[in-house]
Amino acid sequence: MPFWRKYIFSTDHKIIGLQYGITGFIFLLLGFMMILLMRWQLAYPEQPLPVIGTWFGEDFMPGGIMTPDFYNQLGAMHGTIMVFLGIVPLVFAAFGNYLVPLQIGAPDMAFPKLNMVSYDLYFIGGVLMLCGFFVPGGAASSGWTSYPPLADIAPIGQTVWLIGMVFLINSSLLAAINFIATIFQLRAPGMTWMRLPFFVWAQLVTGFLLLLAFPPLEGASILQLLDRVAGTSFFLPSGLFVSGQPMNVAGGGSVLLWQHLFWFLGHPEVYVLILPAMGIVTEIIANNIRKPIWGYKTMVYSIVVLGFLSFIVWAHHMYLTNMGPAISVFFQATTMIISIPSVVILTALFISLWGASIRFNTAMLFALAFLPMFGIGGLTGLPLGLSAADIHLHDTYYVIGHFHYVVAPGTIFALFAGIYYWFPKITGRKMNEVLGHLHFWPSFVCMNFIFFPMLIQGLAGMSRRLYDGGSSYAINQPVLHWNVVISIAAFIMGAVQLVFIFNVIWSMFRGKRIHDDNPWKATTLEWACPSPPGHGNFLTPVAAYRGPYEYSVPGAGEDFTPQYQKQEK
Amino acid sequence: MDAIPYTVHERPDTGLFNAKLGIWLFLSAEVMLFGSLFSSYVLLRIGSPNWPQGASLLNIPLATLNTVVLIASSVTVVLAWASLRMKNLQRCKLYLGLTMLCAFIFLIVKYFEYSAKFAHGLFPATNNFLGIYFTLTGLHALHVAGGIVVMSYLIGPGSKMWRTDPERFTNRIEVAGLYWHFVDLVWIFLFPVLYLL
Ligand code: HEM
Ligand SMILES: [Cu+2]
Repeated sequence: MPFWRKYIFSTDHKIIGLQYGITGFIFLLLGFMMILLMRWQLAYPEQPLPVIGTWFGEDFMPGGIMTPDFYNQLGAMHGTIMVFLGIVPLVFAAFGNYLVPLQIGAPDMAFPKLNMVSYDLYFIGGVLMLCGFFVPGGAASSGWTSYPPLADIAPIGQTVWLIGMVFLINSSLLAAINFIATIFQLRAPGMTWMRLPFFVWAQLVTGFLLLLAFPPLEGASILQLLDRVAGTSFFLPSGLFVSGQPMNVAGGGSVLLWQHLFWFLGHPEVYVLILPAMGIVTEIIANNIRKPIWGYKTMVYSIVVLGFLSFIVWAHHMYLTNMGPAISVFFQATTMIISIPSVVILTALFISLWGASIRFNTAMLFALAFLPMFGIGGLTGLPLGLSAADIHLHDTYYVIGHFHYVVAPGTIFALFAGIYYWFPKITGRKMNEVLGHLHFWPSFVCMNFIFFPMLIQGLAGMSRRLYDGGSSYAINQPVLHWNVVISIAAFIMGAVQLVFIFNVIWSMFRGKRIHDDNPWKATTLEWACPSPPGHGNFLTPVAAYRGPYEYSVPGAGEDFTPQYQKQEK
Repeated sequence: MDAIPYTVHERPDTGLFNAKLGIWLFLSAEVMLFGSLFSSYVLLRIGSPNWPQGASLLNIPLATLNTVVLIASSVTVVLAWASLRMKNLQRCKLYLGLTMLCAFIFLIVKYFEYSAKFAHGLFPATNNFLGIYFTLTGLHALHVAGGIVVMSYLIGPGSKMWRTDPERFTNRIEVAGLYWHFVDLVWIFLFPVLYLL
């Protein structure tokens, strides 16, 4: 096969998974660099950025000092890129594409061509989003939530954002259809529902979330697009004044309509970010504790319940919008209920560690760190779910701290764990463990120095999305010094990731070769095929004969009994 | 192991072949898409002190005609599939052609409706009723156009599959038919909501 057919327009799920992985990682890095620029401005408001400050041109950073507009653009694009172009494509599409067919014993995804199309749409959408920076007025600047009326009247970058969004949504929809169909239809013989690895369950639930939650945002994006280009006023109320001038539109629209449509996606979306991460972590913990996961079935039921509930909690993002106490109470109750299944899953994983002889490799370190970090993220969410407490906390740095604990030391650590763990599957070589430790420990420390102070700042009342980092407000003075701590930790964190990038590239060519297709002595089906697997995956037909995590079965010769091993007798 | 299983025949425990599950999933997403726009309609209407009566601005006879045309097309698309089941490709193509004809008639009628509105100075920006009317019907018309593209493929180059893999081709017609029924069904909702209520 020619190069372009094999690597660019491939229909092989593994290549597409890698395409998603590489593209997603580049976007993640871009989004991270944007926040680093912003962190300079937050720590040292209106001081010129040393060295690279002048590279951005007079429009964005005159004299190396970031303009407020540019700050807003970076903020909105950081959020958008991280969520829609970084994490979702990585945890769902990249890991899912590579692993789901392998773990269920399938030769490929159910619709390989569709799979290629979803990647292409994602790529186009992502590039389009970035093009926003080069149109007059710059990129979208109304936050990743694009609340109207601000977003309706923002410069043209917002239109670019919306069109990019429609591409991304369609890409996710096709991917979700593909994943669900694959999991339903292509399970190998004997791979019953209760023998599915937990990661596959997580992907299945995530697929349904994407499938059913994303279309309303597509509808909302279409409406906002029309507001902007066709002059409709779906989101523009009557009597709106902009800069002292009455707006020349029909009016009669509702700004809250957007918020409802947005958060109807937005809340399930946060589970899209976290469920696959839980799946990854479960696989790695199961493998490295060398004993069965505690409460596998309970975890499965929990994750399904979590999926259902995530559709009826969205308005906890809208307590301050005057919805009225009855509605607030409903969403407050559902929000408290949805925390139960998450706690169940986390608890099951913690209990699994009990009495285990744990193998502390780098993958496991990241997976272990995920547990308390996600725990902090989840627990700090409870006050936000209570409408009374949220009145104080809404739109402060506390919120930023809360959800970053979920996605940054949470999901991103799971991503790292997954990369260290499945690297031998993909390349046939292991990643370097020393470099791995050098990556893990500083990242772990920095993450907490970045996000814990944000919780403190938020509790003290410091607002988010402030260009000067809040330094012009008297209320923020007692917590202002944390800005510097956070930013320095973020810069170090950035530097530490170079170790990781180096490790990946170095290990690809020089890493220790594995001699066995199953280097971690794991039980799930992805290790039954060659590492790396060829087109079509398995050399001989596979089947599942047992549950996914049969470690240390009494009487068995070894401490692991793979799913593909036939029952004796 | 290379070929993907269940592309043609049903998987025993799910009772579906891959594409059929795929199209049902796709349609469930479509339900959410149109559902969100219908909800927007409801919310905007509740919030408006003077929402116009659909009949006062829109042309009910033309829309009734279109309803009949679309329902007819749903019948012909089923007949196309049934003909294939009876191994009659020619008749299948005829019925698909009729379905496409109906689709074209629908779009032409819609074109005249739209131009009449524009001629009277009624644009999406005029008020939110017209805004949501143009959005919903426009999106629906795009779906009709999508159906035309799919069907012309199936009549044209796609029909070669009949010789190599007749069962799979029959499945394709069935799946396309399911999509077409959905497009119909959306209109059955749009018609009363926009024109009559
Ligand atoms: C360690 C890396 C990261 C750092 C240092 C960081 C830092 C920040 C900061 C300081 C803000 C607030 C900006 C402001 O309010 O003006 C922010 C906003 C945000 N971040 Fe991150 N972040 C990181 C990673 C991530 C990741 C992985 C995600 C993935 C979901 C993410 C998603 C968001 C979102 C959605 C917002 C809100 C944007 C908005 O206000 O519209 N961030 N981040
Ligand atoms: Cu939420």
